[in-house]
Amino acid sequence: MATYSTTHVDTTQLGRGGRTPDPPVLGGGDDGSNGGVPNYGQRLRRARLGLVVLIAPIVMLFVSLTSAYIVRQGLPTFDSTTNTYVRDWGEVNLPWILLAINTAVLLVSSLTMEGARRGITRQAALAPVRSIPGVSLGDEKAFPWLGITVVLGLGFLLGQWLAWKELANRGFFIATNPNSSFVYLLTGTHAIHLAGGIIALLWAAAASLRRTPVESRRIVIDIAAWYWHFMALLWLYVFALLEFAR
Amino acid sequence: MGLALMVVIWLITLISTYFFAAKTWWLPVGAAASAEFIDKQFALTFVIMGVVFLAAQLGLGYIVWRYREQSSSPPSSYSHGNTNLEVVWTLLTAVLFIGLNLMGSRVWASQRFDAAAPGAVQVEVTGMQFAWYFRYPGPDGKYAPTSVKLMDPSAGGEAAVGLNTSDPDAKDDVVTGTMYLPVDREVDVSLRSVDVIHSFFVPSLRFKQDAVPGLNIHMHFRPTAIGEYEIACAELCGLGHYKMHGMVHVVSQEDFDKWLAAREAEKQ
Amino acid sequence: MATAATLHAHAPQGFIRKYIFSLDHKVIGIQYFFLALTAVFVGMFLSLLMRIHMVWPTAAIPLIGEIKPETYLSLLTMHGTIMVFFVLTTAPQGGFGNYFLPIQIGAPDMAFPVLNMLSFWTTFVAFMVMLAAFFVTGGAPLHGWTGYPPMSAVQSAGPGEGLGADLWITSIAIFCIASLMGALNFITTTLDLRAKGMTLMRMPLTVWSWFITAILGLLAFGVLLSAGILLLMDRNLGTSFYVPLIVVNGQVLGHKGGSPLLWQHLFWFFGHPEVYIAILPGMGVASQVLSTFSRKPIFGYRAMVYAMLSIGFFGFMVWGHHMFMSGMSPYSAFAFSILTMCIGVPSAIKTFNWLGTMWKGRIRFHTPMLYAIGFVSLFVSGGLSGPFLAQPVLDIQLHDTYFVVGHFHLIMGVAAIFGIFAATYYWFPKMFGRMMNETWGRIHFFITLAGTYAIFMPMHYLGMAGQTRRYSQFTEVAYQTKLLPLQTFMTYAAIITIAAQFIFVINLFWSMFKGPKASDNPWECTTLEWTTTTPPPHDNFGGHTPVVNHGPYEYGVPGAARDYVMQNDPATAPAH
Repeated sequence: MATYSTTHVDTTQLGRGGRTPDPPVLGGGDDGSNGGVPNYGQRLRRARLGLVVLIAPIVMLFVSLTSAYIVRQGLPTFDSTTNTYVRDWGEVNLPWILLAINTAVLLVSSLTMEGARRGITRQAALAPVRSIPGVSLGDEKAFPWLGITVVLGLGFLLGQWLAWKELANRGFFIATNPNSSFVYLLTGTHAIHLAGGIIALLWAAAASLRRTPVESRRIVIDIAAWYWHFMALLWLYVFALLEFAR
Repeated sequence: MGLALMVVIWLITLISTYFFAAKTWWLPVGAAASAEFIDKQFALTFVIMGVVFLAAQLGLGYIVWRYREQSSSPPSSYSHGNTNLEVVWTLLTAVLFIGLNLMGSRVWASQRFDAAAPGAVQVEVTGMQFAWYFRYPGPDGKYAPTSVKLMDPSAGGEAAVGLNTSDPDAKDDVVTGTMYLPVDREVDVSLRSVDVIHSFFVPSLRFKQDAVPGLNIHMHFRPTAIGEYEIACAELCGLGHYKMHGMVHVVSQEDFDKWLAAREAEKQ
Repeated sequence: MATAATLHAHAPQGFIRKYIFSLDHKVIGIQYFFLALTAVFVGMFLSLLMRIHMVWPTAAIPLIGEIKPETYLSLLTMHGTIMVFFVLTTAPQGGFGNYFLPIQIGAPDMAFPVLNMLSFWTTFVAFMVMLAAFFVTGGAPLHGWTGYPPMSAVQSAGPGEGLGADLWITSIAIFCIASLMGALNFITTTLDLRAKGMTLMRMPLTVWSWFITAILGLLAFGVLLSAGILLLMDRNLGTSFYVPLIVVNGQVLGHKGGSPLLWQHLFWFFGHPEVYIAILPGMGVASQVLSTFSRKPIFGYRAMVYAMLSIGFFGFMVWGHHMFMSGMSPYSAFAFSILTMCIGVPSAIKTFNWLGTMWKGRIRFHTPMLYAIGFVSLFVSGGLSGPFLAQPVLDIQLHDTYFVVGHFHLIMGVAAIFGIFAATYYWFPKMFGRMMNETWGRIHFFITLAGTYAIFMPMHYLGMAGQTRRYSQFTEVAYQTKLLPLQTFMTYAAIITIAAQFIFVINLFWSMFKGPKASDNPWECTTLEWTTTTPPPHDNFGGHTPVVNHGPYEYGVPGAARDYVMQNDPATAPAH
């Protein structure tokens, strides 16, 4: 094989300027284009894989916040006025009834979210049948699962805000003591991630108005649903940590 | 090109090694009990890593020259590797590295796992932006409580570390800007900081420990040679970090007692 | 996602869609590359000012004047931050990884092109926010790239610790998000978009390195984000996560009970994987280039993969070795120390294998190969100072001295950069359709190799002599003043080496427009990017997906028609 030199480039094997030789087609060969129709099954799997990957760093964020919580709780500080080590974690009077109600709201929203997910899965599965001329599956009035989930999600956020107000009423602010700092921090971080989930749901709702293909919408709602369930589990974890590990 | 590469790599390697071997710039002479072992462990690591360094770099240079492509070169030797060789050199490296590490652990354990011996000289070292203060607890052997609210560094002495001068326990605490230590006696240091993280580093005494606000860190060492040793702050603490300088004077027990007595007398 | 055929049909039109907000991973890769190129010149300029100030503290620099000690510290902080984040985490992964990962696995694009585009622009915003810190009242922060509180948590701890520090933290938080977006794409793409026949064990080592680096980033950047959030809260909301009761500038502050060590744990839990993020892609490129230009398969492909996986895995378990002197429990120090020695083992294996790759090969000395060889040399030099620092009892003497600075600069500041140079000279023909100039490449290489050794090898001597880090000048401590001649030598070496980098930049831009045109496979390589046209078409392979029949490094196969077998050559060609 000729070695490379700047003045003479050996192009006999590789066809400079032309196309590279076609790769050989081995058995069942197609050009992967699926006849111009997007492979929704593959797209869904890929989107779900992406979601699993996304969940990992969110978990790491909360793992590190938990670690900081536990360390800060137990760590004593040196008090030079008494030459001893003291702990200053402090107490917080958590409005646990409010938080319990919020938890219930979120869990119900998970149920409605699952309803939306299964609903659209069914619609996507039936779409080819519906497209056969002359076939009718009757006019189903779709139950507004998605809309209810959004309302419940917003309700949760409102409820968290009310819980914050109640905390303030009880005299616990962000910098009152380390315990209260973490209460605001953990609930706030969760709320921000949940808000992201709500935005995804609103995007899905907008997609249905724009008449994007049902298989496409199905993917968005499927991913949003699993993310939503993860948010619910995450909330259960945060609540349990704040309530039982204080 | 192969030759040029080999020459350059070999030159760089040999010049670097020369300065290491000649100890042109080296650890300062050790003046503490731990120096003997630390320096031995350092030398051992140094020799082993030096041998590996020479072998790898000289080998790299040689290979690059020996196997340069020429019209007379044989075809390259097609091989995907050699599993036995991989296993052997993996095990050897693991044994070497971990063994070296375990050897050094003994002194680490004795210096840091165990508390200071009873009868050690007590000194509290306080770091602040940008000076070191030293407090000796005096005959009662206790450090009087301090408070950040009482601190006034511009006044120096007791006020710098926040002592309450009307506190009876504080009457015998001596605060100085220079550290005096008696030779051949263990020193029990309590490290504190009042603002940001500093680090108390005395190269000749082979001693370094961060002074962390919110902590009171106990550490011990034993100076073995009379002399004056510089302290350099070894943790970025602000714009005066480069001039947070201090001195440790290691003197005979007699001179130390005289010095301490003189400081106590000044307080009356 | 779009298949090759649909992408082929829907190439974007219009300048904005093609070059600014492009969804094409190749364009995005080049955007990252130029961001990193800008950042590295900013970072180098800062280091030049630092080196000049250290040996001539009162010198007046043209257009800038005399540098004050606090300015020195902000130069130092921004140099470290910009280099680590915007150069070393950006160019190898965001630049070359984005461009070549899909092509090397036979995919038409990344799994999520819109996310890819957003990840670049978010990185860009982070860079702008970081640069803004220079221009606000008080200037850039002083607390070092490691940002230890209470210094970084208290607005009055020094100039620049006000708004400058808030911008610094915000920029890093934005960068975390951008990195996580990128990591998501890399991992999904590698797992889900490989062409037929491209099994995991046939992927080029560059792909493995980008993949493992993305996993490290995925798990580490979330922790940095939480550390940064806590710091912002301490600074602005009066919390006490990190800050105990302290008095700064005569004022007793309102915090109490916080732990500075908490930051160190969180930061280094991120920080240690971060340095592996910086070096792993360079290792991948070194393997690729060494194999290609030795005309020999990589020695021990599987071992190389396992070594990178072990480095990634152990990388999460050694963070405490940055904290031996911090006041952390000495028992923990012992555990971290043993784990740190363990991570030295896979690194050593990789070095043996690189040497084994060149052994009995037929070495061709094109510029990419020079840099790959330089990489091995520098990795050895930088790596061997590790076992000193990994032993706590030796770290007593060496922590926070120039010994550490020499160690990490040789690995991150030179070896990783050599990996970037090797990648640039190697893939330039494929990206821009022209060859870079070999003669100027060689001149650049030799000056940079000798120059960087001249700057960073003496740092080990300084460290052993007790020269502490982050000192803006050496006039106050007697034993350090004696070390000034060596420092001056290093400054001269730095001036020459930095000047030589302009050779590279001129070569780069000149060759883009005037270099001799490149063929599709000028280096005679086996991996998939060399099977397609130069530069590749929008969907990478011109309408069809390659089918892979061979491993990535089939060079010098006995009995083959020529001395390399491409990955998509027919299966009947003898190879593995």
